[in-house]
Amino acid sequence: MAAPFLTISSITKSFKDNQVVKGVDLDFDKGEFVSLLGPSGCGKTTILRMIAGFEQPTTGSIIVDGKDITALPPNRRRIGMVFQAYALFPNMNVTDNIGFGLKIAGMPRPQREARVAEMLELIGLPGFGKRFPFELSGGQQQRVALARAIAPRPSMLLLDEPLSALDAKIRVSLREEIRAIQRELGITTVFVTHDQEEALSISDRIVVLNGGRVEQFGTPFEIYNRPQTRFAATFVGTLNTIAATVIDPAARTVRIDGQPATIPCLPTATKPGDTIALTMRPEAISLVHGQPRDIVLDGTVSEVSFLGSVIRLKVRLGDNIVALDTFNDQTRPPPAYGEAVKVTIAASDILVLGD
Amino acid sequence: MSSNTAIASQMAPMADPGKPGPAHRLARGRHALASLGQYLGVLPFLIFALLFLIIPTLNLAISAFYDTDGHFTFNNIIELRRQNIVDAYWISIRVSAASAALGAPIGLVIALAIIRGRLPGWIRSSVMTFSGVASNFAGVPLAFAFVASLGRLGMVTVILKFLGFDLYQTGFNLLSFWGLTVTYLYFQIPLMVLIISPAVDGLRKEWSEAAQTLGASPWQFWRHVGLPVLWPNLLGTVSLLFANAFGAIATAYALTGSSLNIVPILLYTQISGDVLHNPGLGAALALGMILITGIANVIYLVVRTRAERWLK
Amino acid sequence: MKQSRGWAWIVFAVGTAYFLIPLIATVVFSLRMRRDYLSFDAYTSVLFDRQFHATFTYSVLVSLFTIVLGLVVTVPAAYLVRLRLPQLRPFVEFVTLLPLIIPPIILVYGYIKMYNTSSILPLTGTAIGTDILLTLSYVALGLPYMYRAVDTGMRTIDVQTLTEAATIMGARQWTIITRIILPNIMIAVLSGAFLTFAIVIGEFTMASLLGRPAFGTYLQRIGISKSYEPAALAVISFIITWGAMGMIQLLSRFAPRTSVRNN
Repeated sequence: MAAPFLTISSITKSFKDNQVVKGVDLDFDKGEFVSLLGPSGCGKTTILRMIAGFEQPTTGSIIVDGKDITALPPNRRRIGMVFQAYALFPNMNVTDNIGFGLKIAGMPRPQREARVAEMLELIGLPGFGKRFPFELSGGQQQRVALARAIAPRPSMLLLDEPLSALDAKIRVSLREEIRAIQRELGITTVFVTHDQEEALSISDRIVVLNGGRVEQFGTPFEIYNRPQTRFAATFVGTLNTIAATVIDPAARTVRIDGQPATIPCLPTATKPGDTIALTMRPEAISLVHGQPRDIVLDGTVSEVSFLGSVIRLKVRLGDNIVALDTFNDQTRPPPAYGEAVKVTIAASDILVLGD
Repeated sequence: MSSNTAIASQMAPMADPGKPGPAHRLARGRHALASLGQYLGVLPFLIFALLFLIIPTLNLAISAFYDTDGHFTFNNIIELRRQNIVDAYWISIRVSAASAALGAPIGLVIALAIIRGRLPGWIRSSVMTFSGVASNFAGVPLAFAFVASLGRLGMVTVILKFLGFDLYQTGFNLLSFWGLTVTYLYFQIPLMVLIISPAVDGLRKEWSEAAQTLGASPWQFWRHVGLPVLWPNLLGTVSLLFANAFGAIATAYALTGSSLNIVPILLYTQISGDVLHNPGLGAALALGMILITGIANVIYLVVRTRAERWLK
Repeated sequence: MKQSRGWAWIVFAVGTAYFLIPLIATVVFSLRMRRDYLSFDAYTSVLFDRQFHATFTYSVLVSLFTIVLGLVVTVPAAYLVRLRLPQLRPFVEFVTLLPLIIPPIILVYGYIKMYNTSSILPLTGTAIGTDILLTLSYVALGLPYMYRAVDTGMRTIDVQTLTEAATIMGARQWTIITRIILPNIMIAVLSGAFLTFAIVIGEFTMASLLGRPAFGTYLQRIGISKSYEPAALAVISFIITWGAMGMIQLLSRFAPRTSVRNN
């Protein structure tokens, strides 16, 4: 197991009396694509800026490839960075923008030009060399910004919500492009975003942050299917919650909306009569068409959203409303509003989470 | 136009388009009246602009081409070659250029200091307010303030003499070219600060951060990005400062009387006393002034719009 | 890199010195009328001068007329250009730039040539006519600032949306202007008014060439003839101008604004 490439060691950051980052320890492997995911104010951008060197950690250190770079100024860290607002230099054309880092490093002109041409090919904009930033669309500017960041072959790439300022369609295609380029170059990348779908789709691993602390650090699959905290579960994907009353902890039976059910993952520390929250993803619930699973409940349809290939239904079970997804079936129209339906849940898909 | 149609449709019900009945004609009439009303409101502005800005200036400019008998002539323009007039223009140009060339970099440095120097917040707003006042500051109060500081018995002169340095021994004299320039700086520098501040604000933080991640030192950032981006604005504002100084008279008059013969003072004495014995020549003098300040201002406007396009 | 940069403090210190020293020197000078000790003699001499009262009153009156006339000219124009006649905007903005491009001395020279006793509108023929001409020339001087103040005020309160909302609810044009627009731009209007006042009070060139007894000409006269009084006058004039500017700052804190800005 190779040593981690980037280590963030017991980092805290306070601005005056406000502690924004409250003790974070992370290890990233070389060539890995990691997302820092969380709501506004969770500290993700602050952590990124500390890696870049624009903020100094109040305590803790940052180690890259074995070297402690905490005290190193940003212009000596050899880190590429892409900003939310593109930040292309307006007085230079695309070629000069991309070649800026190379020029500063003293690369002679012919090599610079070759490298810039290589970058333009990589981002799919050959022939755009002479254009100026104000002549480019948002998506094109961001690609040029990416090329500018990686042209000097940095040891790491940092991206600060690079897609937030773009249209939805461009966002999706550009994130895939970024991932493809990153994979091809094998460069260690840290990507900050508040969009969980973005993080899930392109990351090797995700750091879920909230209030300056790490909630969970794992692969997209782990975080989605085995969230360790209530926050991680609700922030990433949709989470259904059903209130149930405990009947017998030893037999792991509960009552849901008057109907009995057996929950294997029920914690034994509960007492009969307790109310607990059962959580599950939408895809864990389905309408009973063929084989019912462990739990069958009666409910009424309260909302139908036909999204094309997927139909999202909201079903009322007593005081609870759950969302469930079902695939479009040409032979079977979706249930109507108010219709009585039976839903079934596999007991193994249920999570009982703390707060 | 939306409020217009809203009002019109309130007055008259919808008429069948095929038959322009009386209701429809009423609506059209009301509509036309409303349009007329719009123009009525702008009328005071238009009349004022014509009668008290555009036409008097044009009239003055044209009268430079007419002699005292009312005949069209180029004589007045040619008369501008008189030595004292050429001297006056030359001094004006030099004073304006000097105060602009000095005021611009000093104003820029101050703007950079208050905006990017990470000073406490109250400094920026108080400097801006002060600049707003000081840029309009001219005439007797300003002249006197400088006499009180740098005149022969001025506070600064006296203090320097006390410390062993005789200012007037070096040949400095407040009532001279350089004295006037230093005095002009008192309103040129604030004007520069006011005008260049938005442009300095526009230097986005991300640019210098991006430059740093690419390995640039602060000096390299300024050399390759910061100054080139500011350059058009700087040039344009120098032009503006030049025009501002060229047209100024009250301070010079208060400071040097008519001894330092800059063009506005020459014009002033001509208007009040026809010292040139030729009204047409006075108009020609004015025409020269208009051309110079006009060109300088046009340069400023053109450069500024081009710079704005860049920084979209 | 969170601390203030050292060089910035140095610049601030040097700048402050350059700008404050003349002011301090003037104040000190104004207190030295009596030879051996500091006194307010220069001030009493000035404040008891009948000429001071006469010219100051004159300039204040002229500034009031200038403000009113300036509002009549700019407010309807700003409103209509913003709402109904956006195609006029380039022309209007060009006109508001003219007083900044054309030096005041040229402007007044133009007036003298055009409105002298042998023209259609012989304003310079009579004292009252010249007063009117002076007022008009001050309206021209203040036009860029007055228009910008009013226009910005209207933009800040999003005059377009307010008008449309009021119209949909049934208000007529006159009601809209008097009950909705005017009260909301009052602060902007007052800012423009104070600025105009500051400009008029100290103005010299136009008043002198038109031969009117304004405060600016009085300042020049005293500046030539007396030694200490001009310093006192300079201090008084600082205080007035600073007072006016201070009012503008104060007013801008109370300016109403809508949260959505679409401009």
